[in-house]
Amino acid sequence: MAAAITVLLDGVASGMLLFVLSVGLSVTLGLMNVVNLAHGAFGMVGGYVCVVLLSRAGVPFLPSLAAATLVAAALGWVLERLLYVRLYGRDHLDQVLFSIGLVFVMGAAADWLMGARQQLIQLPEWLSGRVEFAGIGLGRYRIFLILLCGAVAAGLHFGLVRTRFGARLRAAVDDGVVARGMGLPVGRIFSLTFALGSGLAGLGGALGVEVLGLDPNFPLKYLVYFLVVVAVGGANSVIGPFVAAILLGVLDVAGKYWVPQVGAFVIYTAMVVLLLARPDGLLAKARS
Amino acid sequence: MTTLTRRAAILSAAALPAALARPALAQSGDPFRIGLVLPMTGPFASTGRQIDAAIKAWLRANPAAVAGKRLEILLRDDTGVAPDVTRRLAQELVVRERVRALAGFGLTPLALSAAPIATEAKVPMIVMAAATSIIPQRSPYIVRTSFTLPQAVRPMAEWAAKNGIKSVVTMVTDFAPGLDSEKAFKEAFSAAGGNVVAEIRTPLRNPDYAPFLQRVRDLKPDALFIFVPSGEGSALIKQFSERGLKEAGIRLIGTGDVLDDDILNDMGDAVLGAVTSHHYSTAHESRENAAFREAFKAVAPDMRPNFMAVGGWDGMHLLAEALRRTNGDVDGTKLVEAMKGQSWTSPRGPVSIDPATREMVQDIYIRRTERRDGQLWNVEFDKIQGVKDAA
Repeated sequence: MAAAITVLLDGVASGMLLFVLSVGLSVTLGLMNVVNLAHGAFGMVGGYVCVVLLSRAGVPFLPSLAAATLVAAALGWVLERLLYVRLYGRDHLDQVLFSIGLVFVMGAAADWLMGARQQLIQLPEWLSGRVEFAGIGLGRYRIFLILLCGAVAAGLHFGLVRTRFGARLRAAVDDGVVARGMGLPVGRIFSLTFALGSGLAGLGGALGVEVLGLDPNFPLKYLVYFLVVVAVGGANSVIGPFVAAILLGVLDVAGKYWVPQVGAFVIYTAMVVLLLARPDGLLAKARS
Repeated sequence: MTTLTRRAAILSAAALPAALARPALAQSGDPFRIGLVLPMTGPFASTGRQIDAAIKAWLRANPAAVAGKRLEILLRDDTGVAPDVTRRLAQELVVRERVRALAGFGLTPLALSAAPIATEAKVPMIVMAAATSIIPQRSPYIVRTSFTLPQAVRPMAEWAAKNGIKSVVTMVTDFAPGLDSEKAFKEAFSAAGGNVVAEIRTPLRNPDYAPFLQRVRDLKPDALFIFVPSGEGSALIKQFSERGLKEAGIRLIGTGDVLDDDILNDMGDAVLGAVTSHHYSTAHESRENAAFREAFKAVAPDMRPNFMAVGGWDGMHLLAEALRRTNGDVDGTKLVEAMKGQSWTSPRGPVSIDPATREMVQDIYIRRTERRDGQLWNVEFDKIQGVKDAA
């Protein structure tokens, strides 16, 4: 029983991390209809920023996380203004070719600057080790992941539903022409959204160094996971990808724990089953 | 055109073939060219950088010429992931650059793809890194100066059985070297009276070791034996300690490449106390190793020479010594014959080339990771002498 709860909590933690890494993709792909396969590259950038600050410059962990988020967001904003903006109207093949090309460019740049090896960080004392609670053991870092990513998810949800920016974004996505006609700065809303998604990927990348590792292959290594989250979660809200990420995280961990022989495939099986049952995503309304 | 210039043109045209032929005439003064094929970029660049630096260090620390021939290195980057590229580079080196020996070869598939080239061209092929047992069987011209996996794994299993470890869970990455070490460990450990409780294989593209480790914790073995690609070791060991396996009384054992000296120092205190078996530790105490480290430092001040580097260093020694024994005869078959049975004191300790298998016979050390002078080291505390490749 205790083992089951530990596995469950581990799964939730890894699902939360997956959510923060891929929510930006579900916004760009799902809401803005841009196939951005380079999404993971922003996560990689965030990871490297965190590594450089933490291990080389001696900056504490939390400010490093913040810096990773900001740098990835800034890079996302610049690239959106310079490059992605030209792709909004193009067909998906162009977007795929461009973004995959960008992954290779950024991977090669990371290789050149930082080397191809796995990057390592040392977590601060208060995040390492493990706490036992009523017989259930859980790593402190995983508790931290659950709390931080949970807060991010809640913030995003309320931001999208309750704030003016959220309302404008939804309007811009639903019908860009009308929104523009109503005087909404659709272009600026898109670039801010893109930057936000990239920044979150950067945060996820930085949080993930300890759990997922970090090397120049990162964007391609985890691309499949991001796409699975978006495909299963559907694209209508923050909740869909969130539920999908948690579900996949738990299934992934549980599969590896109980059936390690086939553990790596559980996540794909789950995706196939879920997509057969709900082709438009977990929380999508029935097709009209 | 005047007669004079026409005459000059004819003369120079006549001189051209002579000029082209000159290098062939001057063969005896030729350098001895060695084609070095290594992954200098890509995911295995660390292997290439280590071996390249070790060879540069060797060339600095030793006389430039052997038996009247200057040693010349031609380095090519095969990126580590494309066997066909390795093969093409080896072929180009042999055909176009006329190298008299091939060396390097970071990974098993790369070494295997170049083996037919060595056989056809009859040039010695010194494998300095790749570690799967079958490699030297693929060409009579292959001689290996690194190690083989069973060579490192079996002593670990035997040591564990002798030191109070009765039950072990093995956890290896699901690819050829991982499966090799799983098999070698199980055989040797069972033969020594131990019990392998469970065999866990983790996928090569693995995001998270946590669930596998949780399973190990609940199985409560005396020790966990791990084999993962070198860069992954630290992530695994960190989660090993985060998950409290050490407190649960589970010991961590493995082969030394998991605690690669190249990155060991960044792994943090989580790796303290891990016991591994390997043929080389930078911390090895001997006169030869001190000289090796010093020479290496002069070339690469920011790097610690690891087991890859020592393979490169010994490969150069072996080749130079063979050339000396043949008195400068560059015939590949004679060179390989001259390598068989050689024995010398390497930075790793006493070694020799088994004439039957063309593999290293070497001491395997049992080491414990300790912090000394603020740095992490694999400190040797036990050894098994003269280990041959057991496969």
